[in-house]
Amino acid sequence: MPEVNKSGRLIKAPEHFLAKEDIKSPELMRRKFLTASVSTAAASMAALGLGSRSSASFASVGAGDPNILNLPAHTTGLGLPVAANGYGMPSQYEQGLQRRESPGLTRVSAASVAFTPLQGTFGIITPSGLHFERHHQGWWDIDPSKHRFMVNGLVKNPKVYTMDDLMRLPSVSRIHFIECGANTAMEWGNVAVPTVQYTHGMVSCSEFTGVPLSVILEDCGIDMKQARYILAEGADGSSMTRTIPLDRALDDTLVVYGMNGEMLRPENGYPLRLVVPGIQGVSWVKWLRRIEVGDEKWATKDEAIHYIDLMPDGMHRQYTGIQEAKSVITTPSGGQTLLDKGFYNISGLAWSGRGSVKRVDVSADGGRNWRTARLEGPILPKAFTRFNIDWVWDGSPAILQSRVQDDTGYVQPKINELRAVRGTRSIYHQNAIQSWRVSDTGEVSNVQIY
Amino acid sequence: MSRFTKFARLAALSVALVGTSAWAQSNKSLFVGIGRTATPAEIKAWDIDVRPDFKGLPAGSGSVAKGQEVWEAKCASCHGVFGESTEVFTPIAGGTTKQDIETGRVANLARQDFPQRTTLMKVATVSTLWDYINRAMPWTNPKTLTVEEVYATVAFILNLGDIVDDDFVLSDKNIADVQKRMPNRNGMTQNHGLWDLKDKPDVVGTLCMRDCPTEMRITSFLPESARDAHGNLMDQHRPIGPARAIDTSPKTTPVGPASAAPSTTVVAAASATTAAPAPAPKAGLDVAGLAKKSNCLVCHLPAAKAVGPSWADIAAKYKGDKSAVSLLAGKIKNGGAGNWGAVPMPPHPGLKDNELTALAQWVLDGAK
Repeated sequence: MPEVNKSGRLIKAPEHFLAKEDIKSPELMRRKFLTASVSTAAASMAALGLGSRSSASFASVGAGDPNILNLPAHTTGLGLPVAANGYGMPSQYEQGLQRRESPGLTRVSAASVAFTPLQGTFGIITPSGLHFERHHQGWWDIDPSKHRFMVNGLVKNPKVYTMDDLMRLPSVSRIHFIECGANTAMEWGNVAVPTVQYTHGMVSCSEFTGVPLSVILEDCGIDMKQARYILAEGADGSSMTRTIPLDRALDDTLVVYGMNGEMLRPENGYPLRLVVPGIQGVSWVKWLRRIEVGDEKWATKDEAIHYIDLMPDGMHRQYTGIQEAKSVITTPSGGQTLLDKGFYNISGLAWSGRGSVKRVDVSADGGRNWRTARLEGPILPKAFTRFNIDWVWDGSPAILQSRVQDDTGYVQPKINELRAVRGTRSIYHQNAIQSWRVSDTGEVSNVQIY
Repeated sequence: MSRFTKFARLAALSVALVGTSAWAQSNKSLFVGIGRTATPAEIKAWDIDVRPDFKGLPAGSGSVAKGQEVWEAKCASCHGVFGESTEVFTPIAGGTTKQDIETGRVANLARQDFPQRTTLMKVATVSTLWDYINRAMPWTNPKTLTVEEVYATVAFILNLGDIVDDDFVLSDKNIADVQKRMPNRNGMTQNHGLWDLKDKPDVVGTLCMRDCPTEMRITSFLPESARDAHGNLMDQHRPIGPARAIDTSPKTTPVGPASAAPSTTVVAAASATTAAPAPAPKAGLDVAGLAKKSNCLVCHLPAAKAVGPSWADIAAKYKGDKSAVSLLAGKIKNGGAGNWGAVPMPPHPGLKDNELTALAQWVLDGAK
């Protein structure tokens, strides 16, 4: 059992850690404890500036917690004025939670990925500043007064819209997840990365505000007899292009400018992006400048050279867009150490590109036995659903897993089931059940289990 | 059709809100005054896509020989002289055979041990190459190639894969014939459950709850040597909650954000006499971060020539030159070409003067 800082709670005396058979030998237990804790705990505490508590923590707290007994400056002084930060920022103590690159994953940062720290987010909305980033040729902060949006192709009246025009149209707000098709790609062959940020952090969920694409296509007089597909195109250097089937384009696809109550962030396509619920993020074209209506697929670079899934027989699956149901436990998760034995709220996220989350089961024994978790509302189609389940850790090794079923009946598969069909080189659409091993020291690590 | 239902609903909503029946006139869009018709010149400027059936392909041509010139001037610095480089991007050419051109299937794709998939091994449609090079290349100056240069570059890439001969001239007239020789033209399938919501998924789990079949065998875990490959995990989590991130810093020098500890002792609060507390002390200009943010590192590597000269080479060239800081600051701001090769350095007009000077000094100091 590692000793870590548990600010604000009383630290148990060592005898409380003893198993029955060890009670006769407190010396043995102390040695066990020190062995287990010295590598992780001591360093952790030193890093947190709490080394001075390491020995004292086992003693009685005396009259009580000094954080209670000695009134701090914030209780005895005057706080900051309003508008000290014109645009509020997270607490200084939250600095650890940042979007981060995975070293060595890509060679050029302008064509790379920064992952969302899922280990630290709550509920179903991803803070806009932590929304994962994926750019193909760098990002821009575009002057919205000069941004134009064009619709052409199989329409009666090809049109140009300004941002003013688009923001005058009837708007809707919808909560949807966006997941890169390559999320969890690094884990197709074996465990490669330590934390949920890097295993699953190419997914985020936001409330998006904008205009249904169907409204705009109607406004341009789409030729419903001939139209089969649309092409979405970005205004950046890559001018990202993606083919979207017409039924999806007319269903829940949105042309959005708002995200989580404010405008889109530049890294997420300011001032205009496409939202294609349930479809992989690459189709959510950022800095959207054009929609063309056509009658054939385009086989663009990111649907003919990348974002194609290699199968064991050497064939590539082309136009794989749907993000199948997936779930992951975010607390506890890889790279963490549990504080001690006892109660935990296992918490995680589930989502499906085909519809709504119907149910999530959680296993603590590597998938042999399962219990059904609580789904926290709201449960929305093609959006994150938060799940929670009670768990009392008895100090023995455990393997935590979650498994989602969506409202089409689809059940999230195991990694060996996926590999049996798709091999290990597909890169895209890895939605296997994630396993976190909890060791007897409380350390949580990323493992794969058959 | 659901689209019309939805549209009607929106229309009804708008009418109800505004309450003018004039908006409901037939044969006219509801959205009076919103948007305008695009001009032919505007459509021509933006409608640059080329489809597999070559709709959208401009008339023109380009030779392999011309393509080699373009390649060496504008492409080779990232992709290698023979499209083989893995320095910056995945390789363009290699891994295809004459046999593949016959069958239309790249045999190496079925080999589990083949190390790298090149563009020519994967791409089934020659239109994709034309469209992408035209819209997005060269990397730092996309959409600057002429129609002839795009044809020529595609021809050169095809020549690297022995799909066309050395003296070939690719044009809108013969590109459909070239398509019939693409090595992986038969290597794509759309027979899967990931495009249409009506399609069946290919792999589905089971909802077993008790004594489920599992081998309980850990098949993979993160090796000890990779524990710190993502930096110190302790710095990537919050310092409170049900768990702590583990410390993966080098054990000799445990470092961490001491200020991140949830202890009252580090809270810097305003005293009663200080009405306007200073914001958190600003660290000095993070020049390395600025260089990264400004995309300098896309083209400049520490010691090896990439698209541009290495930091080491620049520092060596201007060693002892007292005017070098202002000279380099100017080059960073305005861009330039000819000092280190044909590839131009793009301008960076958005950088402030102090940032330009700091970047120039940073480069001259060895870009640490």
